[in-house]
This record gives sequence, C-alpha cells and structure tokens, in this order.
Amino acid sequence: MAKRSFLIPGVDKRLLIKDSIKTMPDVSRRRFIAGGASLGALTLLTGCDVIDSSSAEEMLKSVSKFNDAVQAFIFNPDALAPTFPESAITKPFPFNAYYDLDDAPDIDGADWKLEVRGLVDNKKSWTLPELYKLPQVTQITRHICVEGWSAIGSWTGTPLRDFLKLIGADTRAKYVWFQCADKDGYNSPLDMRSALHPQTQMTFKYANEILPRAYGFPMKIRVPTKLGFKNPKYVVSMEVTNDYKGGYWEDQGYNSFSGS
Amino acid sequence: MSSLTVTDEQVSATPAKMIQPAWVRVMHWINALAMVLMILSGWQIYNASPLFGFSFPREYTLGGWLGGGLLWHFAAMWLLMINGLAYLITGFATGRFRKKLLPITPSGVLQDVRAALTFKLGHDDLTVYNYVQRLLYAGIIVVGVLIVLSGLSMWKPVQLYYLVMLFGDYPTARYVHFFCMAAICAFLVIHVLLALLVPKSLRAMIIGR
Repeated sequence: MAKRSFLIPGVDKRLLIKDSIKTMPDVSRRRFIAGGASLGALTLLTGCDVIDSSSAEEMLKSVSKFNDAVQAFIFNPDALAPTFPESAITKPFPFNAYYDLDDAPDIDGADWKLEVRGLVDNKKSWTLPELYKLPQVTQITRHICVEGWSAIGSWTGTPLRDFLKLIGADTRAKYVWFQCADKDGYNSPLDMRSALHPQTQMTFKYANEILPRAYGFPMKIRVPTKLGFKNPKYVVSMEVTNDYKGGYWEDQGYNSFSGS
Repeated sequence: MSSLTVTDEQVSATPAKMIQPAWVRVMHWINALAMVLMILSGWQIYNASPLFGFSFPREYTLGGWLGGGLLWHFAAMWLLMINGLAYLITGFATGRFRKKLLPITPSGVLQDVRAALTFKLGHDDLTVYNYVQRLLYAGIIVVGVLIVLSGLSMWKPVQLYYLVMLFGDYPTARYVHFFCMAAICAFLVIHVLLALLVPKSLRAMIIGR
C-alpha cells in the first residue's frame, strides 16, 4: 500500500489506522472467543448425555410440529410420485432395518391375519388368501430413506384407499395407525390424506414375486409420498383413529409427517 | 502532515463513513449462524449414509444422531431461507448488488488475483469491493440459492417434482447439495482468513464503519 491518501480530510490515515488498531484486535479477539464458545456449546449439544439440552430439544420439537403442519399444507393429494421403467429398478434392492435380516420377523402366512380396528364399519380380520383376492396394481417408484439414500423398486398390491372404502372406514378420521410384527413393536401413524393417496398401497409382492421376508412378508404399506420409515413392513394391524398414537421412529424424533 | 496527531477525541468526533449498513450486518450474522447450524447438522445427516468414502468427525456434527441432526437441519433451514430471501430482496431492491457486485470482468478479476497474490491488493476503501471480492460474493449468492433449491428438492421430491427435474433426479440433487456445501465451506475458510488479515473489514461488519 504505497499510495497514501486521506480517509478523512485533515487526518493522517496511517495514524488513524494505528489508533484504531489499538482497539480493534481486542474487539475482534473477544468476538471470536465468544463465537468459539458458542460453537463449543453447539458441539456439546451433540452428546445429549454431556449437557442438559432440554430447552433446545423443546424448541426443536416445536419446530418439527410446525414442519408437520407446513408439509400437510403443501401436500397435494393429486401429485403423484414419479414412476420408472423396469430397467431403472435398483438391484439388489437394499434390506434396511434396525436389526439384521436374521432377526427380521419370520411370519407364517397361514397363521397370519390382518387385524382391523377403530373407526371402521367392518372390523373382521383378513387372512392372506382373502387379501390376495383383492384387485392389485403394480407401481415402480423411488423409495427414499430418511438417511438420504434411495432405491427404485417394484411393488404390487391393493390401493389402501380401496381397502379403506371396502371396510367402511371413516375417512374423515385423522390417521391410519399401523402395528407390525417387528421386535420392539414397530408402529407408525399415517395421516388420512396420505393414506387416501392413489399410490398408497397394501403391498403383497415385490418385483412380481410374493413379498420376501426381507421386504416385509406378508404385507407392507408402500407410501411413495413418504420417507421409507413411514412404509411399515410385517404389518399385523391397522387402526383408523383420530388419536395420534405415535410411532417407533416418530417417538424418537424423526419428523412425524416426513412426506416427500 | 507535520503537525497532525490523532487523538481519541478527534477520532470519535469525526463521523466515519458507513461501510456496511445495518440490514447487511444483521442479515450477515444471522446467515453466519444459520450456515454453521446447517453445515454441522448436514454433516450429521451425511454420516448416516455417506456419499463418498469418508464421514465427518462426530465432534463436528450437530444433533447427536441422525434424528437430532434432521431436527436441527429442518429448524435452521427456516432461519437460512427467510433471512436469505430477505437479503436477496433487499439486495436487489436497494441496488446494493448492482452497485457493489457489478460489473465483474475477467480482466478485472485476473488483475486483482495477480495483485492479491503479490500482496499488492489494496483495501483502502472498504466501500468498494475489488474484482475478486465481487466474484466470490456474487458466486456464493448463486451457490446459496442452489443449495436451498437442491435441499428443497430432497425434502419434497414429490411435491416439488419440477425442482427435482431441474437437477435431473433425486440422487443428483443430493450430490449438488453436497458440492454446494463444500463450496460454502471453502468460501468460509477464505472469507474468515481474509477478514482476520484485514480486521477493519471485520469491524465494519460488526459496527458498520
């Protein structure tokens, strides 16, 4: 900086800078220490056991509830998830759960029954052969996991909205709540508008074969407008209800709507 | 310059030129907080299913686990988006972007890069951005828009399908989101380093002058 100019008429810039430097580093240093401290506090929050971050957690929960409302608001019941040609199917389609495949529910299809509860006219339980008789459709859609990865698969089954109509469900109710055979009792609530979405399906087949154990035999609920964890496998019961009954992952903090 | 001395009284009595207006300073620091929250929680989410053969160190992630990281990410996104949108609107409406960031000419950039590398790039007048600054500041605004759009694509790939189409498909939007993050981190390193090298620019971003 060879050129010397006047920042303020009548004041030597170099002297002015010299003067300001006397105060400057202090201010900036304090700023950065303060910044560093708050950054440290944030990283402390990463281990819930390290410090009590209950107020932060309450704030985050409130925002997550707000995000549920925002997602319900922008949810377009007519917007279809993109469908793909068979050539786009991901092979092998990943098995994903919080347990190993060996620990996945091993259900005997002959004994299994789908229990129907709550705000429905007909609460009869359904056997697998009875369900297989219902009209089925096939769709090839992208499964998006909450972890970020995605995979394209082919699912065949009965649109859930057709089944809900068949059993005389009160579709003004808020949720369809699914319970599963997984250990620890996996369950998940599905908001009624998503349940009535044309692509939401009671799935009995994967890639035109009877649903294998890895993908949720005997029945999975495929919801291409939701993240994967809202697509319950090994379903044993569905309940039409106005009560929010929580869910396995939802209770641990995953956003409850988790729509796509 | 013979008899000139600067006393404290003179300095404080002379109103200095406003370099950064209040709205820029407020939005800058809100954005800085939002960005740090988004990056640290984003690293947590990345670690759940890494795109590449590495993970971010756990100490530099926010939220404790994937669920916590997601809660932070989808909370801080409102801060980032609302503040960012306000910044874009005010930047265009007040003409600040036009006045401060334009024009950006290749020759000007080259000249200033050369000057910077030989430590001859002056910072006499902080109200005028040199060409390197203009390029980086304009560039990071574009990256900021891209990271929000790719993020929205991943958040709502069905409802905002047309946005996803902009990037090609969902997995591509994920890569775009990652590389925008990488660009912002690189910018952050340079930006903070230069602010420390020219402390009066940092002061201007805090107190305005």
